[in-house]
This record gives sequence, C-alpha cells and structure tokens, in this order.
Amino acid sequence: MQREKFIERVLLLLALSSITSLVLITFFIFWEGFPLILHTGLKNFIATAHWAPTKGHFGILAMIISSLLVTLGAMVLGVPLGLSCAIVLAEFSPQPLKLVLKPTLELLAGIPSVVYGFLGVVWLVPLIRNHLGGPGLSLLAAAVILGIMILPTVISISIDALSAVPDIYREGSIALGATLWQTVRRVVLPAASSGIITAIILGMGRAIGETMAVIMVAGNALQIPTSILEPVRTLTSNIALELGYAAGRHREALFATGIVLFIIIMILNLSATLITRRR
Amino acid sequence: MSKTTKTGKAETAPCPDAPGAHPGGGGGPGTGGRLRAACTAICMVALVILAWGCNSEVSSRPISLAGSTSVQPFAEKLAEIYMHEHPTCRIDVQGGGSSAGIYAAEHGAADLGASSRELVSKEKNLTEIPIAYDGIAIIVHPANPLTDISVEEIRQIFIGAVTNWQAFGLPAHAIDLITREEGSGTREAFEHLVMAKHEITPTAMVQDSNGSVREIVAGDPYSIGYISAGLVDDRVKALAINGVLPTAENIKNHTYKLRRRFLLVSLTPPTGRCKDFTDFILSPKGQKILENEGLVGVQ
Repeated sequence: MQREKFIERVLLLLALSSITSLVLITFFIFWEGFPLILHTGLKNFIATAHWAPTKGHFGILAMIISSLLVTLGAMVLGVPLGLSCAIVLAEFSPQPLKLVLKPTLELLAGIPSVVYGFLGVVWLVPLIRNHLGGPGLSLLAAAVILGIMILPTVISISIDALSAVPDIYREGSIALGATLWQTVRRVVLPAASSGIITAIILGMGRAIGETMAVIMVAGNALQIPTSILEPVRTLTSNIALELGYAAGRHREALFATGIVLFIIIMILNLSATLITRRR
Repeated sequence: MSKTTKTGKAETAPCPDAPGAHPGGGGGPGTGGRLRAACTAICMVALVILAWGCNSEVSSRPISLAGSTSVQPFAEKLAEIYMHEHPTCRIDVQGGGSSAGIYAAEHGAADLGASSRELVSKEKNLTEIPIAYDGIAIIVHPANPLTDISVEEIRQIFIGAVTNWQAFGLPAHAIDLITREEGSGTREAFEHLVMAKHEITPTAMVQDSNGSVREIVAGDPYSIGYISAGLVDDRVKALAINGVLPTAENIKNHTYKLRRRFLLVSLTPPTGRCKDFTDFILSPKGQKILENEGLVGVQ
C-alpha cells in the first residue's frame, strides 16, 4: 500500500512538472510580448500592416492574413486528399494492402520539415515560376508543401475515427440493400464525423505552426497578397527570421507575434476539444 | 581594458596588487587583518571586477567580442586561428548587430564591439579600429543582359517605384526583388548607402542570409538582390555601379561606392591581450585571413 502511494505521488509530480513547464512557457511569452502590445496598442498591432520594427512600426495584419491564407490553402489541398486516403484505407482496401500503406503514410510524418522545404525550393518553386509565373516563392508553394505535410496527421486520425465505427452499422446498412459506397457515405462518415473534424483541426494546427518549410518556400514578403503567386510572410516565419538580430522593442514585438499565434492555436485546439465532446 | 566601466574605474585599484595569479586571492589578505569581513568583501569585489574587465594579466578570462552579424563569421575565423596560436587565450564571439555591439563596448558588456556601420557622433568617444572593407554587390541572374546600374536606379527599384525590367530596356517582366531581414547588418548597410531614409518596399521577398539571397538570384532570371561582395560567385552576376565593378581593388581605392568598413570598437584603446588580438588582425597574417575570406584588407 505504501509503495502504491509512493508511485502515485511520483507520477503526479512528473505530470505536474510537464504542465508547469507549459504554464511557464505561456507566462514567459506573455511577459516578454505584452509590453509591446501595451506600447503600440492592440489595434495598431493587429490591424495595421506596416511592419518596420527598427523604425518603430509594428503592424502584423499582413502576416495574420498570410498565415490564415496559407493554412486555408493547405486545408483545401490536404483535406480531400487525406480524407479520401483514409476512407480507402479504412473501408475499401484489403487487410494486406492496409498493413503496407498505413505504416508508409506514418513514415511521412517522420520526415523533418526542412526536407520538405528543401524539396519545395529545388522542385516546386522553379515549377511554379516557369509554368505559372511570379517569383515562384509564393503563397501557393507554401500551401502545397503544407498540404503534403498535414497528410499524415489527417489520415491517421481519420482512420482511427472510421475504424471506431462499430461493424453492426455497416452490416445493418448493407442488409438493407445499400451498396458499400452508400454505406460509407450515409452511415460510416456521419458516425465518424466528430473524429474527422478533430483530424482536420489538428492538421490545421500543424499547418499554422509550421515554420522552417514555410520560410524556405513562401518568400517572406511583408505584403497582404493579392494573388496566390505572390510571396507572403506568416507569423511563424516572422519570428524565426528576425529573432536572431532583434533587440529591445523589436524583440518584444516578435514575442507579441508569438502571443497572437498562441491565441490562434488555442482557439483551434479548444474548438477541436469542444467538437469531440459535443457528440 | 575596454571593459572598465564606471564602477570598474573606481574599484580596480586592488587590481595592480594582484597581477599575475588569480586576482582576489592576492589582493585580499594584503589589505590588512582588522576587519576580516570587510576585507573579504573587498576581495570579492576585486575578484568580480577583475573577472569582468578585460585585464591582460588574467590569462584565464576570455576576451569577449560582440556585434555585427556581418563581421561575426570573419571574427570567428580570426578568433579560431588566434586561439590556435595562443592556446591559453579564449575569445568569445557573439552576434547581436552593430548597434548592440557598439552599445556593449560602450557599457562594458563586451571588450570589443564589432560594427559594420560608421560610428555616429555620440559614439565618437569610442576607439575605433578599422579591420577590413566590404563591398555590397548588387547581383542579378547571369542570363540578365544588364551590366551597369546607378545608385539612383537601385533605390528606385527597392523603393518599389520601378517594378518592371522594361525600364532598363529589357523584355517586359516583373522584377523579383530580394532583400534581407530587419536587423541584418548587410541590410542596415544597404539602407544607409542606397536607400537614403526611404523604406524598402514590402513587396520585396526576404531571405535571412547572404547565401539564400544568392541561391534565389541564381535560380530566378528576373531577380535582383544584394550580398556581401566577397560572396559573389559565378552562379550570379554582380552589376557595375556607374561602370565600377565591386572588385577588391575598386573597393580598396574607394571607386566602388557601395562600400562599408568593418570596425572593432572599444571604450578605451585596447591594451594587453585585447591589443595583442587586434594587432594580430591588423598584421599581414590577419589581413591575409580576411582577404582569403573575401574581404578587402585595410593595410
């Protein structure tokens, strides 16, 4: 009994320490970034697009818009691909094929983001420049690379959601005369929808938080894009690009950028939790 | 040396008493036996101050050099070779930017500050040691037929007023503009030399190193960017400014206009080990190292 209690305490301590570090990180980001938001005013900070931190202009609107557009683009490309892949793997493919394909897809998640970025620079960027125009480094390039990067997340969580649907549902539907596709579309997908939405939101979190690959292919220009072929800078790229040399207000402004990013990701995760809980 | 701050000056008095060996140990007991506590306190203070100051006699304390990120790679190279020759000496090289380096030298946070810009009038009280010249080359893709450009034309391009190669008599195509990130020493120098208080257009693409600017210009036939002249290679083409190419000779004899000096600054003229290091940089050997790395020597 003593021993039991002891192990319980140790585990509690370990659990608390990981949560504490999370709390400390959050606190630190706010501590470092908040003075800047007070200094420039929240409205000036997130609603103007003039970013010249060494000259006293701290507007991150262009980056907020770019981050959201890049993420949206990645979703448009990645979600249909990922979802159809998950449906095929969970519902239509024979067991042996599934045993080969699923681990392969999970391997995609293990490729470092810098490798995706590098592939983007040497292969995708010239392709866009030569066939579609513009400088190549663009919103489109970032969206395509991120679309590929979120596939493993979307696929594996969707597969889990689909597999969790009890077989009785499928048997019942087929017994009523529905085809396999009708069963998947009308019965399995609605039953698994909350899990699939979670998969999409987690993929979204991955896309909005990705940094390295985006810096390499997005071009990092400080404008609000008017076409998908224009270079853009996301919130994460802004921090990573400039933190190396930043001092004083500039440094605070980058932490404040981090606060905005933090809040966006919090909202995404919270909505994922709420959606799963509602069902 | 450079490092003796306000408090430093007042209290380094015990320092000469404790020359060779580790300072505090020598200084403390000598002060007298009456108030042991006070003595120990003074001893500690002396130790701390000696530990902070760049004192040539204290061989274990590293020389700290901080500042311009443009100078950093060259300073690291010099430090590495110097430390190889003087195994007892350590030199810590840090980045931070020119202004941060000057500030650090002024306030004693670093023994030597590295700057890739000239000192402004309120910084003129510092000792400056020019160590090299660096040109900023305007680069385009080798397939671009343009060979010559004026500073005014470069400014018009980077302000965003000229956005098409047609303005230079070339086939119409948008100019892909590449600049460096805020805070970069090269960008700072470029803005100072070319932009004349104007801001670089926000439509310019931003890369975070000379290398990646060069990489993009090498791959994009319609691009233009700027990098340190020493880093131009045959994958990109450096443009002549008013007919003058950024060669080592033109940079040295001031005919190439986009030129900056690399400076080391210190609060007081370097002495002891710091002086030994700066002398090494200015010696034919040190200058040769810098020239091999693509800079132009000052000697």
